[in-house]
Amino acid sequence: MNRSDLQTLGERELAKQQSTGCRLLCCGSTPCLSSGGTAVQEVFKGILKENKDLKAELAVVSTGCMGPCSRGPLVRVQRQGEPDVIYEKVTPELAQEIFKKHVSGEDTNQAEANILPGDIPFFSKQKKVVLANSGLIDPERLEDYVAQGGYMALANALREMTPEEVCSEIIDSGLRGRGGAGYPSGLKWNLVRRAKTDKKYVVANGDEGDPGAYMDRTLMESDPHRVLEGMAIAGYAVGAEQGFIYVRGEYPIAAKRLEKAIRMAERRGLLGSRVMDTAFNFRIDIRIGAGAFVCGEETALMASIMGRRGQPIPRPPYPAQSGLWGYPTLINNVETFGSIAPIINNGAEWFAGIGTAKSRGTKIFALAGQVENTGLIEVPMGISLREIVFDIGGGVPNGHTFKAAQTGGPSGGCIPADYLDTPVDYDSLRELGSIMGSGGLVVMDDTTSMPDVAKYFMEFCMDESCGKCVPCRVGTVQLYRILERVTAGIATRNDLTIMEELCTMMQETSLCGLGQSAPNPLLSTLRYFRHEYEALIKDDLPLTSDRFALATSSVLPRQEVS
Amino acid sequence: MSVVTLTINDELASANSGQSLLEVIREHGIYIPTLCHMDGLSERGGCRMCLVEVQGMRTLQAACVTEVAEGMVVTTHSERLRKYRRMTLELIFAERNHVCAVCVMNGHCELQAVAAIEGMDHVRFDYLHPDLSMDISHPRFGLDHNRCILCTRCVRVCDEVEGAHTKDVMGRGINCRIVNDLNQAWGSSQSCTSCGKCVQVCPTGALFHKGVSVAEMVKRHDFLSWITLGREKNEWNYTGQPPYYATERRKE
Repeated sequence: MNRSDLQTLGERELAKQQSTGCRLLCCGSTPCLSSGGTAVQEVFKGILKENKDLKAELAVVSTGCMGPCSRGPLVRVQRQGEPDVIYEKVTPELAQEIFKKHVSGEDTNQAEANILPGDIPFFSKQKKVVLANSGLIDPERLEDYVAQGGYMALANALREMTPEEVCSEIIDSGLRGRGGAGYPSGLKWNLVRRAKTDKKYVVANGDEGDPGAYMDRTLMESDPHRVLEGMAIAGYAVGAEQGFIYVRGEYPIAAKRLEKAIRMAERRGLLGSRVMDTAFNFRIDIRIGAGAFVCGEETALMASIMGRRGQPIPRPPYPAQSGLWGYPTLINNVETFGSIAPIINNGAEWFAGIGTAKSRGTKIFALAGQVENTGLIEVPMGISLREIVFDIGGGVPNGHTFKAAQTGGPSGGCIPADYLDTPVDYDSLRELGSIMGSGGLVVMDDTTSMPDVAKYFMEFCMDESCGKCVPCRVGTVQLYRILERVTAGIATRNDLTIMEELCTMMQETSLCGLGQSAPNPLLSTLRYFRHEYEALIKDDLPLTSDRFALATSSVLPRQEVS
Repeated sequence: MSVVTLTINDELASANSGQSLLEVIREHGIYIPTLCHMDGLSERGGCRMCLVEVQGMRTLQAACVTEVAEGMVVTTHSERLRKYRRMTLELIFAERNHVCAVCVMNGHCELQAVAAIEGMDHVRFDYLHPDLSMDISHPRFGLDHNRCILCTRCVRVCDEVEGAHTKDVMGRGINCRIVNDLNQAWGSSQSCTSCGKCVQVCPTGALFHKGVSVAEMVKRHDFLSWITLGREKNEWNYTGQPPYYATERRKE
């Protein structure tokens, strides 16, 4: 398939969609499916089966994520010449009503209460670049993606741009890695491109593990072809012929859809050998993780792809110099790859026009915790935290007040209410002792105890430490035990001193990012909410039996002897 | 092979490119503690004892896995590094049951020696006292998880030198354990050749010869370089030298 074939395919699909009188888009992403979305889809499909004559004017589409996940299952009704209507919390009974109102044309207002207005700040404050197709196309159909201009960026890059031009376009766009650290993507691409070896690899990191974060999952579930296209463009730019997508084992739907997408793209000649009738070959394979958080770290991820124990190795050498099987490897987050096609399509200048001077473009956040509207949002960089929490998120429910927002998961930190007007970008968040991270954003209200939050994240890091280096393996356990004492109200001032000393030591001596950033949630809560720790500390505490029991108890299970 | 010049502790030093920083530091007679490094095995960078300050680098670098580079400015001993080394040792001692008084390696133990050299005289963290087992199913050797510091020298020597790959690590984080084959009893291992290399490279009393009592186990780490380099050096008989840490003293 070449460029004109692609255009024809897209136009034909678009014409078909436009000739359909009514399209019922049902969200088929994990949150909606888990809240009963399957049953709703069954109702619509059942109706379609019973009324064969409706086939020409009605289409039922299972799409990707629409955003407001807490209000699922969501159904979007697209009628020719009318604005879209989105229904929230749809039940099978309501689905019948929706059908009656929009397709049969009956005068029923039963479902009126469940209409989600399209002009609320949740939608209007967002800017969808990476998630542009999410919730509007069927992720399991290649034609749907092509109808939205999909694979055009790859076609144009292959036909009109040299690999060098592609790299400089990415550099000019100012795109920074969306996995959390924010390294300029274009520079990384250039490093790999310049390496002179007979083999190179491209890897998409879809091993998203932060608690409460699901940006990557949604992107892979809702628009898998976008990730594949970004990877193919990267492959062309750096000179790689093989790509891997590392998908977290807990994401079966994402893996299934990606697999299907790869098969379809290969069948159409958009991946595989001689991509779009050019001399460029690019294969993509999927690797499924086995439930280790540390495998999101790039060197551990590569070890896992190569079939080794998922443990990080010291850098340098960086993957761009020596990665998979010793060859230069380009590793980017799936969201980074998701931003590539729009940049190539609209130009670097357009992308650089969004966001702030040092952080360009948009960022997807998984908004969770104590806010009215939880869900997946994509906002321009530099938007204030206040806008995210109070406009898009709709504020803190049940009359409570905002206390802090946690970004970056177990590697990030808490941002207190005083800093609500801080622009959300890589550097501002780092200054506050937090990080952008992959995009988890958990809002906490005044009922939350900060030492509890720190303990929760420390427990997470303790469980996920790979055990290779001493500071992380033992340090996380020691910190967790101290936090356990703090939250139980039996810690002494000495514990607090040791805790702070250990935090700095772990940050400076751990081998990989997991251990280096594991103390961050603790340090940032100490920085802004020290009084909460102080209130729990008791000086001159006698050695009571509970304190003794906790101090001598073992967190380790007895080893099974074979 | 080109020569690079670097500065170690304010003194100029030269090295061959491609050498590790640790090698060069030791060649220049500077003592720097290590636990997972062993001459003749691949580097791992896990014990974090050989961390050094390299000017211009954001983080501390493990000397064993850092290649020398032209113009590098390295500090091997500073107040900060000493403190971190002591804390790392404290963490290791708190992790499992390192009770020297009843250990077969007492007096010959590398961990004990490093702790003494670094001046780690007490542990401020909670002793975790894990409930760990011993594997004495092998006719000649024993494995005591209580003394293991997970340096994985045994894993590497078994894989890289002996080629059997009997030993590996299972579990993660604090639950990591050295296992034989697929977590079998050592004595029932099909792949173990009973060569005993793992016992000789073990820095502590985790791996030992059966039949030794407290403080009777002496290990010969240098035998490994005799195995790997003896042919080149024309050394056909293993004479043995006292372990490295027994002769070197920290040079202030």
